[in-house]
Amino acid sequence: MLSSQSIARIDREIAKYPADQKQSAVMAALAIAQEELGWLPGEAIEFVAGYLAMPPIAALEVATFYNMYDLKPVGKYKISVCTNLPCMLSGGVDAGEYLKKKLGIGYNETTADGLITLKEGECMGACGDAPVMIVNNRRMCSWMDPEQIDKLLAELK
Amino acid sequence: MAILGAINPMLSVGLDGDNAWRLADYVKRGGYSALRRVLEGKLPQEQVINEVKKSVLRGRGGAGFPTGLKWSFMPRSFPGDKYVVCNSDEGEPGTFKDRDILRYNPHSVIEGMVIAGYAMGAGRGYNYIHGEIWEIYERFEEALAEARAAGFLGANILGSGFNFELFAHHGYGAYICGEETALLESIEGKKGQPRFKPPFPASFGLYGKPTTINNTETFASVPYIINLGGEAYLDAGKANNGGTKLFSVSGHVNRPGNYEVPLGTPFATLLEMAGGVRHGRKLKACIPGGSSAPVVPAAAMMECTMDYDSISKAGSMLGSGAVIVMDETTCMVKALERLSFFYYEESCGQCTPCREGTSWLYKVVHRIEHGHGRPDDLDLLSSVTSNIMGRTICALGDAASMPVQSFIKHFRDEFAYHIEHRKCLVPVELQRAGSGFFKASV
Repeated sequence: MLSSQSIARIDREIAKYPADQKQSAVMAALAIAQEELGWLPGEAIEFVAGYLAMPPIAALEVATFYNMYDLKPVGKYKISVCTNLPCMLSGGVDAGEYLKKKLGIGYNETTADGLITLKEGECMGACGDAPVMIVNNRRMCSWMDPEQIDKLLAELK
Repeated sequence: MAILGAINPMLSVGLDGDNAWRLADYVKRGGYSALRRVLEGKLPQEQVINEVKKSVLRGRGGAGFPTGLKWSFMPRSFPGDKYVVCNSDEGEPGTFKDRDILRYNPHSVIEGMVIAGYAMGAGRGYNYIHGEIWEIYERFEEALAEARAAGFLGANILGSGFNFELFAHHGYGAYICGEETALLESIEGKKGQPRFKPPFPASFGLYGKPTTINNTETFASVPYIINLGGEAYLDAGKANNGGTKLFSVSGHVNRPGNYEVPLGTPFATLLEMAGGVRHGRKLKACIPGGSSAPVVPAAAMMECTMDYDSISKAGSMLGSGAVIVMDETTCMVKALERLSFFYYEESCGQCTPCREGTSWLYKVVHRIEHGHGRPDDLDLLSSVTSNIMGRTICALGDAASMPVQSFIKHFRDEFAYHIEHRKCLVPVELQRAGSGFFKASV
């Protein structure tokens, strides 16, 4: 189901916890699986549960509880825009609207070419850098004014 | 630069340059000398805890609970596993100080955690890092590797016979995991749903073992307390409010960012350091301690000093030190609508009053904002908040209610205008200009 590199990464996560607490690695393991597969299909969740010797339903509960897991396919790039109050005061909502117009899609939608999915995110803990957005759960982009957004979109093409 | 401004700083000293976060730089500026003092000087555990008590270091995550007292609750002589856990799940809207501490001074957190582990007889620790700041998580892993290689972590640290292992655990998008028992559930690989207290984590924490959880900035302050002495640290702040604190200033200011100042510094000074209100506009209100803290109108805020007691006297909370500044372009109904949506979205769903109540709060504020408010909506909101508060396992329900109560208390006219006239008191064009996103329109 997962590549040997991903399995090796999961093993490194398991080693962080006491030997009888493998389940502690479930959040990291699901994140690693999502990184490889692009999203989390049911089989991947079941595989992770089996690998960590936990009930599949418990792994599914984790996957549905934390909002950075994608339980449906997303575009090659997922852009999450923070629109919470501190960001809103500095253009977070406007940045979201600007992206919607540029991409011709709304939140939770993907461009027709499958390239970009747009999400409305919650506080990313970077309010001083507002407007902020995160690409594929990994790369935080700060001070995203229209010019910076245009640059990002050109880069992702 | 890491921190935009400071008065008599400790945490943010010497953080310029790309390598300030590395072990070599940290050691050069005195890093790990506190750990040496403790371990090589064979300081009794009791004495370390007493120094922290004397410093009156209060928890920097939001609750402001005295750290030394919290440490003294740990059953040090309990023979089994014990844990120290760092709460870096920084997701309180307005707060972004722990991100900068981990980014520019991660070894201060590691050193603080090792000292804490020694003082409480714990052999293992975890730092739970907000999933959204992935690059910072990766950097912390690197800092841990440096500390291990240098012998500041692992077995027999500095030849003292004390063993301490420390690992990083990342979140993946759940505000509630900033609540300490939800955070423990999350480390155990479960949904982050808070536990009933008591039992408190000091007796039943991670994996059911005695555990102490402190905020990132709290741990980072510990080496400075050990080096300076508790009393000198206290003197750096103000009575009952020891030390300096990082304040995250966001919203309508010219220079949003982190500022380190002594507790007790006037709000006016902090505002000035942040470049003042954007475009010289008029201050309308401020949320002084993160989104869960009650809003304070401009006039009262300008009278405050930035410490636990002064902000509490003004009817709010210093919380995490997240200062959200709002100027005259802000529609208070819209601001509250966004906050209410956040709590509705982030309620873990465990307690009925919070799960259902946060949904009601959002829906009612939403309809007021969108011109469908009803005459008795403000009473309805008040009734919903009083039926949430004090009736839930954790503080999220209270955190969702306090903004609603305070926004309506201080800006009732604005809410009433929305309901009566079905539009905003603040012209839409002015609101748009306020965000500064489309520069041409300013």
